[in-house]
Amino acid sequence: MAMNYILFAFFSVMAIGCSILMVTRRNIVHSAVFLIGALLATAGIFLQLQAEFLFVVQIILYVGGIMVLFVFVIMLVNLDVSMRLVQFNRQKWAAGVLALVLGAQVLFALWIGRGELRLPAPAVDVSPKNTEAIGQALFQHYMLPFEIASVLLLVAMIGAVVMAKRRV
Amino acid sequence: MGHLIPPSILPYVLPVVYGVVIVAVLPLMAGYIVLLERKVMADMQARLGPMRVGPHGLLQPIADAVKLLLKEDIIPEKADKLMFWVAPLVSVTMALLAYSAMPFGPAFQIADLNVGLLFILAVSSLGIYGIVLGGWASNSHYSLLGALRSAAQLVSYETAAGLGLVSALLLAGSLSLKDIVQAQYDQGEWFVFSVPIGFFIYLVGSIAETNRAPFDLPEAESELVAGYMTEYSGFRWSLYFLAEYANMIIVAGIATTLFLGGWLRPFPRFADHLPGTSVEIMDAIPGLVFLGVAAYCFWLAPKQPVKIQKIVMATVGGLCLALAGAMAAALFAPEGVRQGVYGGFWFLVKVMAYLYAFLWIRFTFPRYRFDQLMRLGWRFLIPLALVNLIAVATARVASEEWGWYPRITMILATIFTLAVALWLASRDQKHEPATETAGGD
Repeated sequence: MAMNYILFAFFSVMAIGCSILMVTRRNIVHSAVFLIGALLATAGIFLQLQAEFLFVVQIILYVGGIMVLFVFVIMLVNLDVSMRLVQFNRQKWAAGVLALVLGAQVLFALWIGRGELRLPAPAVDVSPKNTEAIGQALFQHYMLPFEIASVLLLVAMIGAVVMAKRRV
Repeated sequence: MGHLIPPSILPYVLPVVYGVVIVAVLPLMAGYIVLLERKVMADMQARLGPMRVGPHGLLQPIADAVKLLLKEDIIPEKADKLMFWVAPLVSVTMALLAYSAMPFGPAFQIADLNVGLLFILAVSSLGIYGIVLGGWASNSHYSLLGALRSAAQLVSYETAAGLGLVSALLLAGSLSLKDIVQAQYDQGEWFVFSVPIGFFIYLVGSIAETNRAPFDLPEAESELVAGYMTEYSGFRWSLYFLAEYANMIIVAGIATTLFLGGWLRPFPRFADHLPGTSVEIMDAIPGLVFLGVAAYCFWLAPKQPVKIQKIVMATVGGLCLALAGAMAAALFAPEGVRQGVYGGFWFLVKVMAYLYAFLWIRFTFPRYRFDQLMRLGWRFLIPLALVNLIAVATARVASEEWGWYPRITMILATIFTLAVALWLASRDQKHEPATETAGGD
C-alpha cells in the first residue's frame, strides 16, 4: 500500500528533522518547539501502526503534559544568558567517532535484515480494540509489576514534594 | 450520487463535506456566541446591549468581523517574529482539529475513533502552546505572565476535569463517543443523573481550562492588561478569540456527550405517537420551537424603528420558518436522515445550554485570586475527583458483581462523595490563611 509508505516516510523525516533542529537551535524555546514536533511525529508513527491508544497517550502525556511543564520552566529562565553560552562541548572528535560506530551498527542491522524491509500491511479490522487489549494486559496479566511501578512512581512523587518543601 | 463518484473516493466524500461545513460555520457560530454573551451580560446588568447594527444587534458579529479584518496588524519590534506568527495558528488549528471526532449527531461525525474522547482531550490540550508561545514571543512582561498563568492553570485543572470524565467513562465502558451516547440510551439515563459530582467537577474544570471568568486570570484585565494577547491586534487577535470560543464549544460538546446524553432527545424511549399519525410527540418539538421563534420575529418586525431593520427582522423570521419547514420535512424523511436532523438539533440545544451556564457563572462570580485558584484545584477538586472515582467504581462493582440495584448504589456513592466534599470544604475554611502576601506567581 503506497499510502502506508508515504505516511511512514513523512513522519520519520519529520521526526529526524525536528530532532536535528532541536539539538542545533541556539534559542532554547525553539528547541522545545522542535522537540514537540519530534514527539508528534513519533505519535504519528504509532498511529500509522494502528496503535491508537499509544498515539493518544503519547500526545496527552508527553506533548500535552511534560512538554508544557518544560516550556513553563524554560520561560522562567533568563534566555539572554543561555544564548551566549557555548552550545556544544569541545569533544567533537570523540562524539564523531561514537556516532560513526553507532551508525555502522544500524546500517549493519539493516543489511542483515534487508530481505524483510517491509512495513506490515495495515490490518483491515482491529479487534479487539487495543485500548481494551492494553487494559487487559495491565490489569490482568501484569497486575503485580504494574502495581509495583505505580508505587515506585508514587514514592518518587512524594520524595520530590518532600525535597522541594525542605528548601522553602 | 453514488454513480458520479468513483468508489475508491466514496468513503472520503462525506467526512470532507462535514469538515468543510464545520470550518465554515464555526467562525460564524463563535461570532454569534459573542453576541449572545454580550446580550446575556446586558440582560443580567439590566441594560440593552448591542442594538444598533441590525435589529437587536443581530448583525453585530459581522460588523465586528469586518472591523477586525481591516485593523492594522502590528508585530512588536523585539518580538520573536516566527513564533509570534505561528502561535495563534497553533491555537486555532488545534481547536478546529478537535472537531474531527465530535459527534454532532448519529450521522454527523467526521470520524468515530476508538479513542475519540482521548483524541479530543489530547488535541484540545495542545492549544495551550498557542497561548504559551504567543505570550513568550511577544517579549512583554504582561504577556509572559499571562502565558505562565495559563500553563499552570491548564495543567492543574486538566487533571481534575479528566478524573471527572473518567467517572462517566466507568459507566459507559468505551472511549468511542458514539458508544458512550449509545450506553446512555441503553441504560435509560443521562450520566449527569448517575454521577452528578463528576459532572460538577468537569464543569468547574472546563471553565478553568477555557480561561473563562471566574478563572480568567491569564487575561485578567485589572492585573495583566489582556494577558497573553496584550501585544496582538487585528486578525491575529481575532484568531485567538476564535480559538477560545471554539474551545468553549468543544468542552460543551464533551460535557454534552458524556453527561447530557449527546444527540439523544429528552425521554428517548418515550415513543407515543400523535393520534392518527406515525409521528412521535417528542419529534414534533424542534419544528414547533422554530415556528414559535419565527412567529415572534414576525411580531417584532413591524416594531423596529428603521425600515432596514424591519426587513432584516422579517428575513430572520423567514429563516426560522424555513428551518421549521425543514424540521417538519425531516419527520417524513427516511429514518437515517430524520435521526441525523433531530440528533443535531438536540446536541446543539444542549451545547447552548451548557454555554449559557458558562455565561451565567461568568457574570455571577467575582474573579479568583491566583493562589485561591491553585488551592481550589489541588486541595479541593482533585481529591474530590479521586474520591468520586473510587466511590463510583465501588458502586459499579456492587451492582454488577453483588447484584445490588444499580440506581441505589449510585445514589449511595454520590452521598458518600458529597460528605467527603463537605469535609474537604470545611477543612479548607479552617486552614485558609487570613491574608496572602503575594500571589502564586
